[in-house]
Amino acid sequence: MSREAILQRVRTALGRTGGAPPPPPAVRIRIPEVAVDDRIASLRAKVEALAGKTLLAGSPAEAREYVANVIAARTAVASNAPVLAEWGIAALPGVSTGFYDREELRVACAAADFGITAADYALADTGTLVMFSSQEEARLISLLPPVHLALVPRERILTGLDELLTLHPQPMDRSCSMVLITGPSRTADIEQILVRGVHGPGEIHVVVV
Amino acid sequence: MSAAFDQKIHETVTDPRLQLAIYTATGRLIEKRRGAVDDAVLPDYQELRTQANAVKQHTIENLDFYLEQLEENVTAHGGKVVWCQDGAEVADFILKLAKERQAHLIVKSKSMTTEEIDLNERVEKHGLESVETDLGEYILQLAHERPYHIVAPALHKTRYDVADIFERTLGVEREEVIEKQTKIARSVLRQKFLAADIGISGANFLVADSGAIVLVENEGNARLSTTAPKIHIAVAGIEKLIPRAQDLAVFLKLLGRSATGQPLTVYTSMLSGPRREGEIDGPDEFYLVLLDNGRTKVLADEEKRQALYCIRCGACLNHCPVYRKIGGHSFPWVYSGPIGAIITPQFMGTLHEPGLPFASSLCGACAEVCPVKIDIPQILLDLRADIKEAETKQGTNRWERLAFRMWSWVMRRPKLYEMASMMAASLAPSNDGYIRNLPGPMNVGPVAGWLSQRDLPVPAARSFRQQWRRRRR
Repeated sequence: MSREAILQRVRTALGRTGGAPPPPPAVRIRIPEVAVDDRIASLRAKVEALAGKTLLAGSPAEAREYVANVIAARTAVASNAPVLAEWGIAALPGVSTGFYDREELRVACAAADFGITAADYALADTGTLVMFSSQEEARLISLLPPVHLALVPRERILTGLDELLTLHPQPMDRSCSMVLITGPSRTADIEQILVRGVHGPGEIHVVVV
Repeated sequence: MSAAFDQKIHETVTDPRLQLAIYTATGRLIEKRRGAVDDAVLPDYQELRTQANAVKQHTIENLDFYLEQLEENVTAHGGKVVWCQDGAEVADFILKLAKERQAHLIVKSKSMTTEEIDLNERVEKHGLESVETDLGEYILQLAHERPYHIVAPALHKTRYDVADIFERTLGVEREEVIEKQTKIARSVLRQKFLAADIGISGANFLVADSGAIVLVENEGNARLSTTAPKIHIAVAGIEKLIPRAQDLAVFLKLLGRSATGQPLTVYTSMLSGPRREGEIDGPDEFYLVLLDNGRTKVLADEEKRQALYCIRCGACLNHCPVYRKIGGHSFPWVYSGPIGAIITPQFMGTLHEPGLPFASSLCGACAEVCPVKIDIPQILLDLRADIKEAETKQGTNRWERLAFRMWSWVMRRPKLYEMASMMAASLAPSNDGYIRNLPGPMNVGPVAGWLSQRDLPVPAARSFRQQWRRRRR
């Protein structure tokens, strides 16, 4: 079998007889101390530098109003995240939610103008949303519609990747898909000229609540 | 150097349009990287490189252990690992699976590993449709070309070239605005994503302790390829391993910055196995194809195996004065630039293109920008030695050996050497301070070729030895 053949070639090449190796170099993780307000400021600055839009909402009602204004009764798909229901966002005019069937979700996302999701975390130093997929959070909602709106509770803003990987040293224990989203979809494949919105959303709104 | 290599280089360096395209695009990538690894924004850049190098060295030196750990964890998450020795085995696996699942349409996200084994051609021969979905790769698939660059595959194409290609192959009206060209591709490919039966991706990293693959991209096509179809197949070389998810804290910081100057690319997906209980979307089946295809050969060489640390950021291409002149298609295999020059002979055989490791000025720019600190110039030197040894064994370099033996014989006799150099200096005609050719019968073959491409200064009127003698008096 190819498995045995390859492993045998690897062992022969390395002069190894199997068994556990010496310990790998110690993990290199550095978490800076950054106050929550500074994290919010950094997150917003980074998202905006990538042409994303941000809002610091003082209350869920303010967040809901912002979302309502942005979608302006056009069509949106909202994820099943409990906060979206709790904050009344999933019930806004034009918003459909509660998809548990793959085909129905796919059809709705392919037709919708907006995808509305929560985010598990945001990373302040790069302007990144962190999304674990689950029954509450389908993958296509942040991917198929041309605009993505994401809501993040302010206490979920981490300093950066290092802090995320400290909280979740084994991300796959939590979900089979962890996606980091840093700004709108883009390409520079033709002449290294930047174009937004290739396959994913060309516009992203991050609402910190 | 083979005639084909020589010919392609000549075609590229004499094409002003192409020269401008390469120079501009690589120049932009150089600028972007410089801004992202600058001391002011990333003070621990050098430390990150050192750590990445140490982690890669450890992983490669214990690869069998991490491969087995990876397999165990992929399986635990409901995925299947498929071990393949070469491209034919990969194609066999995919064709068999496609037949069993009655699949016809494949969407592919960008993967150098699948380019390496000509996967599209292999499966399309058997009636499957396999569509590249990265914008650059899509353009090249329509144009029937291979990638020009590891990261920016269509780097050599201008908007006008793309207009030609789209008009000819998609039957759309001619469109020269890049934004609109992108929209055309988006709408054609969107339909493919929604109809596809199988999504094929590569993997930027394989994470042993998580049984996961990591995909790094900007467009969203890798996310779509791995989310929309019911089957996801990831194809990865066995060297892509890192031991722990936490190592991503180092590698992700280096990859995006080195490749395109981004602290993180737009999308970074960490994926393990098919969708889980209760999940609404995501694939029902997940396969990880682990490919050897010559990697174990590279592994056997203790010095040169560091070529397998490569994370395919493309920085060495952008910074290489040779790549920037001769471009990606001059290189004899899919991997171009300095990294191509050191892996091609190791994968394809020492004499696959004997001119390749010599097509370098050994300036060292590649090693300086390599995020995992591969000593590319040293490997080039080792490969040059390998090539000469192989040629000697074959007896194909007799004249060269004779010439160097004579040279060495003369060098060891100071008087003779002095006489010879004086003779050469006086014989060589020159009217601009450089020797352009040798007189008559001496100006032949490699001598003429060498002189015609280089500026060899006329020796000083008085040699060093003469000056030395005079001072000592």
